[in-house]
Amino acid sequence: MLAFALRRSLTLALTAWLATIVVFAVLELVPGDPALLMLGVNAQADTLAALRAQMGLDHPPVERYLRWVGGLLRGDLGVSLTYARPVADLVAERLVVTLPLALLSLGLSTAAAIPLGLLAAARRGRGGDWAVLGFAQIGVALPSFWIAILLILVFSVTLGWFPAGGFPGWEAGALPALRALTLPALALAIPEAAILARVTRTAILDTLGEDHIRTARAKGVSRTAVLLRHALPNALLPVATVLGLQLSFLVAGAVVVENVFTLPGLGRLLYQAIGQRDLIVVQGVVVLLAVFVVLVNALVDIACAAADPRPKVAS
Amino acid sequence: MMMNRARSFAVATGVFALALVGGAAAWAQARTDLVIGMSLEPPHLDPTAGAAAAIKEVTYANLFESLVRVDSSGALVPGLAEGWTVADDGKTYRFTLRPNAKFHDGAPGDAAAVKFSLDRARGAESVNGQKGYFASIASVETPDPRSVVVTLSRPDGLFLFHMAAGDAAIVSPTSAATNKQKPIGTGPFTFDRWAAGDRVVLTRNPAYDGPKPALERVSFRFISDAAAQIAALKAGDVDAFVQFNAFEALPEFRNDAKFAVTVGTTEGETLLSTNNARKPFDDVRVRRAMAHAIDRKTLIDGVLYGNGVPIGSHFPPHRAGYVDLTGLYPYDLAKAKALLAEAGYPNGFDATLRLPPPPYARRGGELVAALLAEVGIRLTIEPMEWASWLDKVFKGKDYDLTMIAHTEPLDIDVYARDSYYFNYRSAAFVRLEEELNRTQDPAARNALYGQQQRLLADDAVNGFLFMLPAVTVQNAKISGLWVNRPIQANDVTGVTWK
Repeated sequence: MLAFALRRSLTLALTAWLATIVVFAVLELVPGDPALLMLGVNAQADTLAALRAQMGLDHPPVERYLRWVGGLLRGDLGVSLTYARPVADLVAERLVVTLPLALLSLGLSTAAAIPLGLLAAARRGRGGDWAVLGFAQIGVALPSFWIAILLILVFSVTLGWFPAGGFPGWEAGALPALRALTLPALALAIPEAAILARVTRTAILDTLGEDHIRTARAKGVSRTAVLLRHALPNALLPVATVLGLQLSFLVAGAVVVENVFTLPGLGRLLYQAIGQRDLIVVQGVVVLLAVFVVLVNALVDIACAAADPRPKVAS
Repeated sequence: MMMNRARSFAVATGVFALALVGGAAAWAQARTDLVIGMSLEPPHLDPTAGAAAAIKEVTYANLFESLVRVDSSGALVPGLAEGWTVADDGKTYRFTLRPNAKFHDGAPGDAAAVKFSLDRARGAESVNGQKGYFASIASVETPDPRSVVVTLSRPDGLFLFHMAAGDAAIVSPTSAATNKQKPIGTGPFTFDRWAAGDRVVLTRNPAYDGPKPALERVSFRFISDAAAQIAALKAGDVDAFVQFNAFEALPEFRNDAKFAVTVGTTEGETLLSTNNARKPFDDVRVRRAMAHAIDRKTLIDGVLYGNGVPIGSHFPPHRAGYVDLTGLYPYDLAKAKALLAEAGYPNGFDATLRLPPPPYARRGGELVAALLAEVGIRLTIEPMEWASWLDKVFKGKDYDLTMIAHTEPLDIDVYARDSYYFNYRSAAFVRLEEELNRTQDPAARNALYGQQQRLLADDAVNGFLFMLPAVTVQNAKISGLWVNRPIQANDVTGVTWK
């Protein structure tokens, strides 16, 4: 276990370090000058120089990289070039939108997908199975931004049940905030649920063919009990693995959905920061996301190892 | 008796009627909040430290005041200065400030603040996006707390106009450093909060020394996605959307009595900007051929769904001094082909069209490419994001053609700049510009503007396409929103609800 933890920490450190190099290099190579963007088409050479100095962009790239990584090591993400605020504050402010959004859609998609997958597996080749497979096919094919627009048209414009976008902030109360997150979470959850439902169905069908299931059936355990007590726990392993991957995709999907619903989340922050060439913010957010993805994958591995119902055999 | 009864009945009816009217009046009490939708979120809220239009579209005349102010008709009216005089030599301006102007934090809005603001904008450390506006200032003096005397090193016909810009906002020495996040001005609204990524909220300034606005609370919400803009309007999440550019949705809003749609003017001359230094565009015959090949009506119909005005040079039709030159190069493919052949390109040529993100450019670029293909000019379209466009096209001048609206008011002077990205060099134009700077008389200035427009049209410097419209979709019960956009602003001080 210790070796496992060490190996994981090393991967984490290495990934984070590689991420800093890649994101810094890419942003150096991409055309675009944050000072010029800020001051626009009538900017004079002297004001541009003054602003570049103010932003600390007048130093050579290597020095700026080292200074930035040095800051990261001390836990300092730096100060945004456009917003003139600490990146850590900006990220914290946006996480309270993106994290609940991601968790909500993860919860919704899991809650829908696992029963659907079970149903499809139980009714393999029959109507219920076809219905679930049909939903999965459509759900995978539809991009979440399109689902988002459709949801807005139906539930905000026509029915008026939910706001069409925006976020009142948690200080406005949990209910209005959750209301604002419902449609975006649904838009994210539907494609996720489609994928998860298929994975669940396949995983259960796979386990249903295994020996211990046949044994259980032979001992007289009912179909339902076999499905729930013997097949499902085994099938959950691949499902959990996919779920871990999905969480990374959720963050990517959040960029798109947050823009459609104008939610002030991490995705929108990243999107705007790239447009404004707010290098410090982009660098900080990308490194944080890389660390997050590695951490989630590690957690999934640990969870899978712990949840595996098969007896542990010392190798 | 009968009389009495009749009278009492009348009185009772009257009282009842009054009660009804009173009740109805109480019911219909006008709203005092407003939510305005905008496409772009400002990067910060200090108009003296950034060129982003969105900054001024939140702060101008609402939070910050400049010495002079541009009103909805484009006229110069008093701002923080209630009056001014100009010396005969055109070099000395004396501003008299409002007696009781105060910043939102209580700091005095006096001559010292004005001197601080102007000196800061033109100083060595200045990061003002329009530092050039202050270039003609030689000195700023403050004979008394209410008087500011600005001496110019040369006459500057646009000086007052520039002092009315958002970039010339008067800031306080005590709060200038923190205006980006917590803007403090002298205006009739104070900054309440900024939910980053979502909205900026302003509230009425109870201590304002001028006429108080009817609105108590104004929110600016930032929605970039066109479908989301339409949905927000329909769901009533925003009361008005300014600079609305999903033109295809306008008929739907026009047919709905709940909404009012206004189409006004902007200062945005939309150009097919042309690299005059690059072959084959260095040949005026090629540029004229292109002018003959571009049908502006097709463009305006296709890009703006008919909501635009064609231009023949770099000047807005609604401004005094405008000369109509749209007939100079009528749509004529034969003429265009003949000119191309004369220039040595009987079979046309290949070139690249680099397009920035705004929808008018992306959509317009496709149409321009299709129109020019008719005369054998084959364009490769390259979409770019803003940062790359600014870096490569604008700063690096690495382009053949691009499409962009020049939205600064009265910016025909850019053609006098040597290093500007058009790579246009004309001694005649520079001479006219120098003369303009020496001229104060409005009629003489307009005549000079006319000569400049003709020169640019003759040289066919760029493809002069159309004026960008100012489209606002709003709740029909709102009045007082600006229809035209003579300056980058959403001045809500005069907005009321019916």
